[in-house]
Amino acid sequence: MTEPLLKVENLRQHFKISRNFTVKAVNGVSFEIYPGETYGLVGESGSGKTTIGRSIIRLYDPTDGEIIFNRDKISGELSDKIRRRLRKNMQMIFQDPMSSLNPRKKIGDIIGEGLDIHKLYSSQKERGEIIGEILKKVGLSPAHAERYPQQFSGGQRQRVGIARALVMNPKLIIADECISALDVSIQAQVVNLMKDIQSETKCAYLFIAHDLSMVKYISDRIGVLHKGYLVETGTTQEIFTNPAHPYTQSLLSAVPQPNPAVEKKRQLISYDASKIDYEKCTMRQISDSHFVLESGEN
Amino acid sequence: MEKILSVKNLDITFRTNAGNIHAIRGVDFELPTGKTVALVGESGSGKSVTMKAVVGLLDSNAIINSGEIFYNDVDLLTLTKKDLRRTINGQEIAMVFQDPMTSLDPTMTIGEQIMEGMFLHKKISKSEARQKAIELLKLVGIMEAEKRMKNYPHQLSGGMRQRVVIAIALSCEPKILICDEPTTALDVTIQARILDLINEIQRQMGLSVIYITHDLGVVAKVADFVNVMYAGKVIERGTVEEIFYDPRHPYTWGLLSAMPDLETDDERLYSIPGSPPNLLHEPKGDAFAARNKFAMKIDEKAEPPMFKISETHYAATWLLHPDAPKIELPAELKSRLERARKAAHYDGTTA
Ligand SMILES: Nc1ncnc2c1ncn2[C@@H]1O[C@H](COP(=O)(O)OP(=O)(O)OP(=O)(O)O)[C@@H](O)[C@H]1O
Ligand SMILES: Nc1ncnc2c1ncn2[C@@H]1O[C@H](COP(=O)(O)OP(=O)(O)OP(=O)(O)O)[C@@H](O)[C@H]1O
Ligand SMILES: [Mg+2]
Ligand SMILES: [Mg+2]
Repeated sequence: MTEPLLKVENLRQHFKISRNFTVKAVNGVSFEIYPGETYGLVGESGSGKTTIGRSIIRLYDPTDGEIIFNRDKISGELSDKIRRRLRKNMQMIFQDPMSSLNPRKKIGDIIGEGLDIHKLYSSQKERGEIIGEILKKVGLSPAHAERYPQQFSGGQRQRVGIARALVMNPKLIIADECISALDVSIQAQVVNLMKDIQSETKCAYLFIAHDLSMVKYISDRIGVLHKGYLVETGTTQEIFTNPAHPYTQSLLSAVPQPNPAVEKKRQLISYDASKIDYEKCTMRQISDSHFVLESGEN
Repeated sequence: MEKILSVKNLDITFRTNAGNIHAIRGVDFELPTGKTVALVGESGSGKSVTMKAVVGLLDSNAIINSGEIFYNDVDLLTLTKKDLRRTINGQEIAMVFQDPMTSLDPTMTIGEQIMEGMFLHKKISKSEARQKAIELLKLVGIMEAEKRMKNYPHQLSGGMRQRVVIAIALSCEPKILICDEPTTALDVTIQARILDLINEIQRQMGLSVIYITHDLGVVAKVADFVNVMYAGKVIERGTVEEIFYDPRHPYTWGLLSAMPDLETDDERLYSIPGSPPNLLHEPKGDAFAARNKFAMKIDEKAEPPMFKISETHYAATWLLHPDAPKIELPAELKSRLERARKAAHYDGTTA
């Protein structure tokens, strides 16, 4: 078997809000991403998805655990050399398209920033061409390079964020809800685009989303998070046809369908985790690829 | 049916360095009292701009060329900004914006921000306001609400921020609630909870709701009526059943086909080919023609009027002209619609 591109082991990320209130956002999460594959991360709001992404790309200092990326250990202190490699080979597309784009910069310069830092062109002309090309790829036009973020609609801005990540040709892209703000038709375009780029460049994705029908489309494997714990992981097929954890089952029962009569009568499978102490649970193996978090008793 | 809000022939241009962008090209839109209307359409089709015009928050480079926006009997476009703010905004018409971070103040705790609106519009004591704010946070599903009151926006997850913005909007007990993509950052279970919550408040207080969303699953769940926008116009409107079981505009067909379906297992998703027109240049003929495989000669020359299908159902496509040839729906869509109708026992007119 090939070596994983990313290995996250026992990651913990806690935030101290005040003396007597610490948010335990991520609690002992472990998973791997192989070169060229898409790992979908799903879970309710506040379950720690974005935090995991931000810890991996080292916007946070992990409280505990180990992260290996591309054979470099990237948890703990980072040397300049490793930090540089990380900045080039791992990119993140952010959840909040407005606040992640600098309003005073032109689109072309936002996209070109990484190229500038790593000197990835030989002339201004080439720089312009690379940026124009990537804008076309995400369904915008090269002329948009001269505009500012405020002049775009929400969906258009999100495509700028995608272009900024893609232009670096990274090995891993962390896509945090990168299509949630897009309308269905462009979601489809972007998902198809991401698949095309993946088959062209063999980059891997950590695809964070709450829209399970889209996750199903794009992911090879899926991890389900709940309250900062990974409660189930498996191939897309396993998660959708044979969900083992009650939380996964409740998520699947809530996937909306474009049918008013069905939607207006729908009953959700509810899931109450208040009596379960995940800290005392262990991962049970169901198949080579399928694991579920369970308490010792059953 | 009584209408609490009606937008008539709204036409808006933006001045930019590159030239004038004709973003809204004659939008008509009605919100019946106590009902929920969804506004759907591709990115850039003008959904947010239309609603910003209603609440008087258009960007400063916008020019309103024409139009009327009646709230009950008042044309909001004739009010001064100050009057609009004082009487309508926040209090009678509240809007939840698309990007939660832009409507939250990063320097204030969320508790302060929820209470702020209450003090502005109502006589209420500090402790009452605090109590009410905590209740609202619980209502939108935020746990440990009392502790969370002290959090700053950056300390919350994306979906929590969005719920805080919804709590702020509800804090003034508005008559009309406009939600711009209110649940895009939320997972399906919390999304369902918020939608149910808004629905509950709607029943209790006769709230009228406008949803801007691209999520057709959400539309199916909450909407009574649907307006489909394309390139600055409403190109199809109808009851939610008419739009989902008997859509007539090829653009609406495209939207329905692009929605991933848990039942199909295709490698690629359908997406509408091409991209929407650049409204720096006035489209010639039907703005959707270039992307429409059913386009006819006339689509290149003349913009189609709204054709009437029923009292509630209208669509702007030349395919509905009596002389237009009968066309066959794409097979995948046809079977989808059939499945949907069957599941719903829908026996309205069929295409
Ligand atoms: N910088 C921070 N400081 C303090 N708490 C934080 C910070 N970032 C996140 N948190 C907390 O960590 C928890 C997980 O947040 P995170 O943003 O990872 O959730 P998420 O799964 O991405 O949710 P969503 O789907 O709503 O975006 C939340 O309780 C949040 O309040
Ligand atoms: N201040 C502005 N200056 C110039 N053009 C603008 C401005 N605001 C909006 N536009 C343009 O008006 C059009 C409609 O924008 P709007 O924000 O209403 O789209 P939308 O339908 O809400 O899209 P989305 O689903 O992406 O939010 C777009 O082409 C956008 O670029
Ligand atoms: Mg998040
Ligand atoms: Mg918008």
